[in-house]
Amino acid sequence: MKEMLSVTSSPHIRHIDTTRGIMGDVIIALCPAAVYGCILFGWYAAVLLAVCILSCVGAEYLWNLLLKKPQTVGDLSAVVTGLLLGMNLPAKLPVWMAVIGSVVAIIVVKQMFGGIGHNFVNPAIAARIVLMVSFPSFMTKFYEPFSGVVASATPLAATADVVPSVRYLFFGMHSGCIGETSAFLLLLGGLYLILRRVINPFVPICFIGAFALITWATGGNVGTQLFSGGLFLGAIFMATDYTTSPSTPIGTILFGIGCGLLTFVIRRFGSLPEGVSYSIILMNILVPHIDRLTAFKPFGAKEVAKNE
Amino acid sequence: MSVKERILRPVKRIHGGTPLPHLKHTAEQETVIMPAPARVRIPLSQHIGAPANPIVKKGDQVYVGTLIGEAPSFVSAMIHSSVSGTVAGIEDYAPGGVGAKCIVIDSDGEMTPDPDLKPFPVKKAEDIAQAARACGLVGLGGAGFPTHVKLKPDGIDTLVVNAAECEPFLTGDYRECMERYDDVINGVYLLKKYLDLKQVIICVENNKPKAIEQLYQIATDYRDADDTVKLMKLPSSYPQGAEKVIIYSATGRIVPPGKLPADVGCIVMNITSVSTLYRFIATGMPLVAKRITLDGTAVKEPKNILVPIGTPIRDLLDFTGEDFAEGARVLMGGPMMGNPVADLDSVVEKRNNGILIMTEAQSKQQTACIRCGRCARACPMRLFPSKVEAAYLSGLSDRYNELNVMYCMECGSCSYVCPAKRPLTQVMRVAKSELRRKKK
Ligand code: SF4
Ligand code: SF4
Repeated sequence: MKEMLSVTSSPHIRHIDTTRGIMGDVIIALCPAAVYGCILFGWYAAVLLAVCILSCVGAEYLWNLLLKKPQTVGDLSAVVTGLLLGMNLPAKLPVWMAVIGSVVAIIVVKQMFGGIGHNFVNPAIAARIVLMVSFPSFMTKFYEPFSGVVASATPLAATADVVPSVRYLFFGMHSGCIGETSAFLLLLGGLYLILRRVINPFVPICFIGAFALITWATGGNVGTQLFSGGLFLGAIFMATDYTTSPSTPIGTILFGIGCGLLTFVIRRFGSLPEGVSYSIILMNILVPHIDRLTAFKPFGAKEVAKNE
Repeated sequence: MSVKERILRPVKRIHGGTPLPHLKHTAEQETVIMPAPARVRIPLSQHIGAPANPIVKKGDQVYVGTLIGEAPSFVSAMIHSSVSGTVAGIEDYAPGGVGAKCIVIDSDGEMTPDPDLKPFPVKKAEDIAQAARACGLVGLGGAGFPTHVKLKPDGIDTLVVNAAECEPFLTGDYRECMERYDDVINGVYLLKKYLDLKQVIICVENNKPKAIEQLYQIATDYRDADDTVKLMKLPSSYPQGAEKVIIYSATGRIVPPGKLPADVGCIVMNITSVSTLYRFIATGMPLVAKRITLDGTAVKEPKNILVPIGTPIRDLLDFTGEDFAEGARVLMGGPMMGNPVADLDSVVEKRNNGILIMTEAQSKQQTACIRCGRCARACPMRLFPSKVEAAYLSGLSDRYNELNVMYCMECGSCSYVCPAKRPLTQVMRVAKSELRRKKK
């Protein structure tokens, strides 16, 4: 008698992490800052986040359906993109603009390049930049916490005398995009991701470190520059996107430092108050080159080269 | 330095690696001895190199340890009978591949040792390799490379004794440390003396503190003036027991791709090989039985069993009373590198160290690569498996050749860590054979 046995290729055990699990962890890590943003800016902010998530997932679902591709919304990456995009929007952006942003992120930036793992820039950031360029006045209208009053300027753009204290900024009592205000909660989410080994800590550390160092060295106001604007959201959650960041250890360090320096240059010398998105996207484009320049030699190959 | 520091040496270098679940359920169980099965089928090719030539014929009386297959060339190995009884014939052995043969022996159930067995006298360096050859010793860790081939003394100064046992589930080498430590240490000193070694480093992963303590005690009792025999606790990360990785951890030396440990002055021997060689030299009993860890997700009573070589897996499972559902996977070896068997008539060979029965439904659904880089970080050879896979899927053989796919040791780490469940190791294997085929 012959039994039916399965014959599969080794290895026969697999790590429990899945793409879906990793994306789930990112969502968990983003939640505190997102919820806080909704408390800070009111129910409309929550609507905006929901719209972004739903339209991202919907866009991916329809794309796969129409092109008869295997359905991929189950990997939750569209939810992450939607949530990140929403968190990068001002609290009272018209809903239809948010939908446009989501569709651009998923269809143009992600799916047209082949879907997850094939986009060369971060979809949420690219969409934010598209919105910024198309609707500049809406995208730069920020609101004071709780009151809903239009803020005269985000702390980044404010003149020195009206800048709130660093402690206020760190915990997030200031105007800005929905999800970027509380550096503290974003840091908490980042720690969670580092502990769960989802993200590589070198990227945010080098990003924020390089930025802080050069701001300090050139006599800038380190506290304000660090804790206001999108630095923490960008450094922890967007620069660490797998697909668009380098995969070698030295590469990630170079990438982080590059992001930090570019952010500084744009904030200090550019006409824009905020430079995080632009610097990440510029560095995204350099990733293939960074990867190639810092590629590993196989174990022992150096020794061969030396002997020959 | 205190005695402890002189014997228990810190790891020289640490080389990446992946933490795996240990699952060493059988670690603290005494080895069970399996009685003679009714019939054994002993393959003539259980090693890398030429198959042995049968020197018995149907009807011959054999005993435990009787030579039944003679190695025809240098890279080959002797084959001995593992039971006492009568030769029933020479048959094809399908699981061994095309043209593979085995000697079938009907056991008389007595397990009578061959009366002609006698200790193998060792007087000079060459005798050690001769002993390994006569013992039929092959790499017991899984590779099956004939041991005598690497035991040439020129230019060798270090023996690395591999007791890392980095695969989950397996505990055979650990039990060897615990049950037959005297043979291990005697073997170590014998090798040291005749091969004129400067140092012997016994490497154990740090998840086996009892084995380390045990070996430390014995090593202290035996120690010589200059402490040539050292003990090293390796980090438990996979694949710590891979030859190149263990040499790097133990000595800091790097074996370049395409080179052998001997090129950097090292011999690596599995700990069970060392004690088996010593037993052969002391008693004349060659390698006829192997300790097998029977475990896996579908096994109810995991245990270590000393099994005569050539025992069909079916008999082994009858003996232990294990049962399993259809569609289970039966593996020879560990879960990372073991091979699935297609049918239960496959037999236990010298190089087997475990039989695992795994329930199905472990293979998760594949999704697209998210370029997380985990596979590259896990690879002990520092390759980039996801890039190789992409190149392979686009049929770019030059590209994956450039990516050094030939250096892959098929350790399985990349597939293990991949969150998208890409079949990376499988692709590496196919890409390698593709390149090999092209070269011809
Ligand atoms: S581990 Fe898997 S998902 Fe990550 S880069 Fe490698 S192949 Fe891609
Ligand atoms: S199987 Fe090959 S490519 Fe994969 S981790 Fe092991 S050595 Fe590297």
